[in-house]
Amino acid sequence: MADLGREPLDVRIDSPGREGLTGTTPANMYRPLEDAEQVTIAPDWRPMEEQPTWRTDFPIDWPQDHYVERRDFMKFMVLTSLAFAAGQFWIAMQNWWRRRSGSGTVRLASVNDVPVGATHTFTYPTEHDPCILVRLDQGTFLAYSQKCTHLSCAVVPRVEEGVIRCPCHEGFFDLASGRPIAGPPRRPLSIVRLDIRGDEIFASGIENRTV
Amino acid sequence: MSLNRPFTRAQRATIVNGMLAFVLMLVVLQLWLLTATMNAFLGGDQSVIWPAAAASLVCFLLNAGLLRYLYYIERTRQ
Repeated sequence: MADLGREPLDVRIDSPGREGLTGTTPANMYRPLEDAEQVTIAPDWRPMEEQPTWRTDFPIDWPQDHYVERRDFMKFMVLTSLAFAAGQFWIAMQNWWRRRSGSGTVRLASVNDVPVGATHTFTYPTEHDPCILVRLDQGTFLAYSQKCTHLSCAVVPRVEEGVIRCPCHEGFFDLASGRPIAGPPRRPLSIVRLDIRGDEIFASGIENRTV
Repeated sequence: MSLNRPFTRAQRATIVNGMLAFVLMLVVLQLWLLTATMNAFLGGDQSVIWPAAAASLVCFLLNAGLLRYLYYIERTRQ
């Protein structure tokens, strides 16, 4: 066979210059194809020669534009995903802190200070947690958190109607159980556990409920 | 032997669309987890807090893995 002055072919498929080829022809035998990523494509997909002058002056490659906006949107969504995961751990930390701080026992009032049908306000377990104490009859005392379970407005008991009303969004709770009966609240009011020793009323814990 | 052929623009657009669909589904799942966990936490139910946090972390790691692959195909393009 006549020697054409070429370098002998390297038959290995991953040899330099033959990447991606399956035959035995060196890649430099052919004219390189135009790089499709360098071609500007207008939104109507017609060639640039048929586009108005203003579009040729300010060409926007629409497929590339779509790719970049989806890529950036995905990056933003992954950042959002990180924020959600961080929020979960923030809740876990809040729960740990709530368990650690506890509630303790606090004297609220004397039995004689709260007549039947009257209410008494106090804070428990911290000074930032307002609560209400209600005396329904001679021997029945109830205490709830005063924060509405909708958006934390201060609720107001209406003993004669047997309800607790939230004036912000017209939410109503049952006075006897603290469960929501009307309006936007979905969770019951937190119950403050009471301990009556002689004539003294003590708060001994708080019970949050989902239903 | 390796045939490390970079993806074309059209292929990359298809890949990023598929990855975006997965990421959106996982983010919606995380949003649901966060609202359900917050409701449970405010209601005093502590049993779901750590499992939900672990599930949300797994979702984020899956998303981060997809983003890493996106960076990889961007890098092989050049």
